Amino acid sequence: MADGSPTHEPRHLISYPRFLLRSLSIATDGSFAFYAWMTALTAVALVGANAWANQVTQGMITTGMTDHVSWGLYIANFTFFVGVAAGGVMMVIPAYLYHDEEMHDVVIVGELLAIAAIVVCLLFVTVDLGRPDRFWHLIPGLGRFNFPVSMLTWDVIVLNVYLLLNLHVCGYLLYMRFLGKPPNPRWYVPFVMLSIVWAISIHTVTAFLYCGLGGRPFWNSAVLAPRFLASAFVSGPAFIIVTMLALRRFAGIRIPTGPIQTLVRIIRVTILISLLMLVSEIFTEFYSGGAHTASARYLFLGLHGHDALVPWIWTAVAMTVLAAVLFLTPAALKQRRILILACILAFVGGWIEKGMGLIIPGFVPSTLHEIVEYTPSLVEWKISAGIWAFGLMVYTIALKFAIPVLQRARSDEG
Amino acid sequence: MNEEKPTLEAGSKTGDVSRRNALKGIGATLGATAFAAAISPLRNLAKDVSPEEFFQKHYQELDDDEKTRVIERLEAEARSEYGAEVQIRDHRPIPGTRFVYAINLSLCNGNGKCVEACHQENNHDRATNQSYIRVLEMPNGTMDMEQGNTTYDHAVPAKGKFYLPVQCQQCDEPPCTDVCPVQATWKEDDGIVVVDYNWCIGCRYCEAACPYHARRFNWEKPVVPADDVNPDQGYLSNRIRPQGVVEKCHFCLHRTREGRLPACLEACPTGARVFGNILDPDSDIRWILENKRVFVLKEELGTKPSFFYFFDK
Repeated sequence: MADGSPTHEPRHLISYPRFLLRSLSIATDGSFAFYAWMTALTAVALVGANAWANQVTQGMITTGMTDHVSWGLYIANFTFFVGVAAGGVMMVIPAYLYHDEEMHDVVIVGELLAIAAIVVCLLFVTVDLGRPDRFWHLIPGLGRFNFPVSMLTWDVIVLNVYLLLNLHVCGYLLYMRFLGKPPNPRWYVPFVMLSIVWAISIHTVTAFLYCGLGGRPFWNSAVLAPRFLASAFVSGPAFIIVTMLALRRFAGIRIPTGPIQTLVRIIRVTILISLLMLVSEIFTEFYSGGAHTASARYLFLGLHGHDALVPWIWTAVAMTVLAAVLFLTPAALKQRRILILACILAFVGGWIEKGMGLIIPGFVPSTLHEIVEYTPSLVEWKISAGIWAFGLMVYTIALKFAIPVLQRARSDEG
Repeated sequence: MNEEKPTLEAGSKTGDVSRRNALKGIGATLGATAFAAAISPLRNLAKDVSPEEFFQKHYQELDDDEKTRVIERLEAEARSEYGAEVQIRDHRPIPGTRFVYAINLSLCNGNGKCVEACHQENNHDRATNQSYIRVLEMPNGTMDMEQGNTTYDHAVPAKGKFYLPVQCQQCDEPPCTDVCPVQATWKEDDGIVVVDYNWCIGCRYCEAACPYHARRFNWEKPVVPADDVNPDQGYLSNRIRPQGVVEKCHFCLHRTREGRLPACLEACPTGARVFGNILDPDSDIRWILENKRVFVLKEELGTKPSFFYFFDK
């Protein structure tokens, strides 16, 4: 993490562990509501951990996946949360490239979201492995890392580096705060700039995982990576807006209105771009017709009487369109409740569309055109809920770490 | 929770801090205990995976001694877990050999003997009736697989139908090996795409990448009764696979690298299947590729299959 600050303060070996201990102590102090929240999350995470242990022991027969639909809820969630992680950059860009001072004060909320979301992504990939005990085969140097041919190795690299970049930036700023020294821009601004490029890369590479597969026409589309990015820049900022409103409400932190307005303006554009790209895909599929449209027909209309995904995708479309209408109605958004509703609609709509709506139709019909449908099993839901809960725990603790920085925003504001 | 205004700079406050820390310690201990209990089923896995198995190197990095020890261990596992005496050997490609398969669709009548033979030969899980071959029943007049049906259950050949058996096409440009993040699957010198079942991490990216539905995942530990186990096994071919890894057709390399024919071909009562070394100018397969109007599946994907089809009437 942030250990490489200037050399005229040579006692980092002592003060850095003290900083971590002090932060941990602050992060675990809180009200009854805080402990109740963390206990509830712990309980859900434990249910997930137990379900995962059983899945590993008994085999992935405990999931709803088959040789026909060989990826399911886990990879769907993985894909979506890569987008959430990338979405944090939509605070970093205004703060650092456009020198939006108010955004600068709260940008750590987005950077910490990136950390929590990457942790969630890595966990979702891990629980999807049939042999997690062989995880070390994937470690460069120890195992056999098939770089640069396999796009999955690219994803391993970009996700982990993005995690390290954000850990460094957040850790460094908080540590300097602990030392009571002004942060030296040399030690974090270059990393912030790199993280902007890197945020784009994590979602581009994740799209390339799918769109590089010639045998899966539903994914084999050049618009997939830009579409991923556009939807990421909806769901990430939507989550951040809700988080900031929650910080204001429950943690008593004065969040200025400017950053929220900036994110609303960003979503207003990205949600339309996202819808435009969805429409482009649908047009290309349905107007030209032919065998490669089978998956899209399965998703939106059902195929030969199989229609498990049809309700999901139309729910997603309805939620996204409604969210877009709300975001384009500034008068309505002035009401906090409507703003929160719009964010939730955009977030959940994106989760369905980019999760189940993207991964599952890639496998239906199969490459030999057999139709086998997929429904996640209880084990998959338990494990997924466990990972979400763990991600929220990480995010909560990380935000508590950051409260001193956020309170500077308050004093500057006041 | 914020009335105390926690700040990083502040030193520790006196008072109930120690009591609070003690409570936190109890909470953390309880949490850790609960976590240990939650993941306790993993103990069973730890029992199944010996240290030798855990640290086993990639197939291509094993020297002869290491291979011998690995194979002894796998044979002992077959004995203890399946009650079967098996011989596992490490078959290497024969220099100057390039295996190619062709199917005469005019002769194939969809009887499915190849599917069964594969099931027996390759020690597939009995309950799921697993096999590396799927046969599509197709209506005459189309090559559109969407018209096909793999679950037909009636006397064959049915009127107005033809039959299209599909298994691993042993592509020269295999998308499945490219995507593998750990090089657990690769194409050997005689053209066969193999999997090191002891190196695969079970991510199933290869299964997503294959355009021919040729790969299978072991969703659970395969079950084969001791009497049914085919004891003639190869490390890279038909030994009983572990749970949680991917497998596929390997052209019966434990037979074909010894000059025998694949089990699916031997079982075929119609003579539709032709297998051989394309580098041998006198082979039947060479004659067919030179004289018949052969085609491959999904040629537009550029996978360059070593598996051909033709009609001769």
